[in-house]
Amino acid sequence: MNAPRDPGAQTPILDLAADFPILARPVHGRRLAYLDNGATTQKPAAVIEAEARFYRESNANIHRGVHWLSQHATELYDGARATVQRFLNAARADEIVFTRGTTEAINLVAQSWGRPRLAAGDEILLSTMEHHSNIVPWQLVCEQTGAVLKVIPVQDNGELDMEAFEGLLGERTRLLAITHVSNALGTVNPVAEMTRRAHELGALVLVDGAQAVAHQAVDVQAIGCDFYAFSGHKLYGPTGIGALYGRAELLRHMPPWQGGGDMIRTVAFDNTTFAPPPQRFEAGTPNIAGAIALAAAIDYMQGVGLARIHAHEQALLEYGTRALQDIPGVRLVGTAREKAGILSFLVDGIHPHDLGTILDSEGVAIRAGHHCAMPLMTRFGIPGTARASLGLYNGLADLDALVAAIHKAQALFGTRRQA
Amino acid sequence: MSDMQDSLRELYQEVIFDHNRNPRNYRPLPAASHHADGHNPLCGDQLTVYLQVEDGIVREASFVGHGCAISTASASLMTEAVKGKPVAEVEALFRDVHALLTEGREAADPARDFGKLEVLSGVKEFPARVKCATLAWHTLHNALVGEHETAHTE
Repeated sequence: MNAPRDPGAQTPILDLAADFPILARPVHGRRLAYLDNGATTQKPAAVIEAEARFYRESNANIHRGVHWLSQHATELYDGARATVQRFLNAARADEIVFTRGTTEAINLVAQSWGRPRLAAGDEILLSTMEHHSNIVPWQLVCEQTGAVLKVIPVQDNGELDMEAFEGLLGERTRLLAITHVSNALGTVNPVAEMTRRAHELGALVLVDGAQAVAHQAVDVQAIGCDFYAFSGHKLYGPTGIGALYGRAELLRHMPPWQGGGDMIRTVAFDNTTFAPPPQRFEAGTPNIAGAIALAAAIDYMQGVGLARIHAHEQALLEYGTRALQDIPGVRLVGTAREKAGILSFLVDGIHPHDLGTILDSEGVAIRAGHHCAMPLMTRFGIPGTARASLGLYNGLADLDALVAAIHKAQALFGTRRQA
Repeated sequence: MSDMQDSLRELYQEVIFDHNRNPRNYRPLPAASHHADGHNPLCGDQLTVYLQVEDGIVREASFVGHGCAISTASASLMTEAVKGKPVAEVEALFRDVHALLTEGREAADPARDFGKLEVLSGVKEFPARVKCATLAWHTLHNALVGEHETAHTE
């Protein structure tokens, strides 16, 4: 079904929709063209099964039972950590802390690394294109410590202003907190190069990988960053699970940020001692099934191959970019030279929310709004954009459906112009 | 024709497009006795509603701002509907329009003739868009009761 039209020889288009049960579900009587992968991805049967199988066959609490099931569940959970470690090419498994997602991972670093160490006048360097979750945790820690935020501006094409970056990086910079891929523009930032420069000036680096991990192979040692955060649900895994990579010598000296079970060594009313990382940062019963299903999602992606996924999405991005640019009245927002599969755009005379409603009526699911990047929208002087974001199961048919639905919206609004 | 296509046509009627393209009473009102700001941070819709009230009658109503077709048309239709009405009647209209948009015709005063405003009832089938249509009305209400906090719908 929906055999993709091959736009040229040797194009690496994948056909994986059959692995994702939800994609067989029609929406408003139409074939679903799910192009909201930047918000969350759909789950392959292998992930849904992994989570169900855990509850059916392996459920018990971890790290505390002497009984067989508890040991079995613990092995699966620790195995999931090792899978994440290999996925990010971290040197050690205890450098991986399971969290609820990227947001919690960044808050962990802000509160456990930042709060005790930052002093008045210290600088945290981030960029205009950050998601709110890589802005607000730093604003909170600035209020607590007197540290200040410095912001790297974004150029008209959606790339970071690297000259300004060099100028902003200084003696007082303690941390660079930067997104790997912009969720609103698709820009891929040169995080390895930026990390090298930040380290030369003695600053640490946190990379927000939420929008990167599903689209390209990530190697934290090659990037050289000190922290890397991501969410499972953006890479075909469940919601409510994600991970923080932190270099072992940093995690070792960071205090706990949440107290509870599982994160302690001994508890007494006059002296409580804490477990080593990563348990120190995983208070309470974690999302065991989520971690195991996240590992299944990583296994699924690695089974397809990260390089093939990347090539597939780049081919779709190129096809979609051209198709949108060919529609009179459509303007792309974010045209960086290096981009992930995100197409943010505006249609003359049609507000993104009206567009979203009309596209939805055609079975085309996109995101409309500020994409939790309000400072970036302000930078471009727009209230928001429409955003189509690609995943590994998308095909040319999804982009054709997007284009046809935009034509319909323009016809309805009476703004259609001839090419 | 699917239900969705019917609902879409119910919502995006010519009246909506007309008021979106050419919003009525789109200007600040220097002589305003009442005004309030409205903001829907989720979609970035933002507007200011101005009223000139004399002897308990809304003599003039206007708005400025930006938003989607639904919120712009709703604000435009609203300014037309309230002009010349006593404040108490405008408040009653606010309650009825709010009921119409969020709960349906049966929740509003059965005697109420919505006139052109009836067109806004199409949003009921689009839960994500109801706030677009109610923003101007919440802002109107705030202006009348002298509430200076920005009205928010999200």
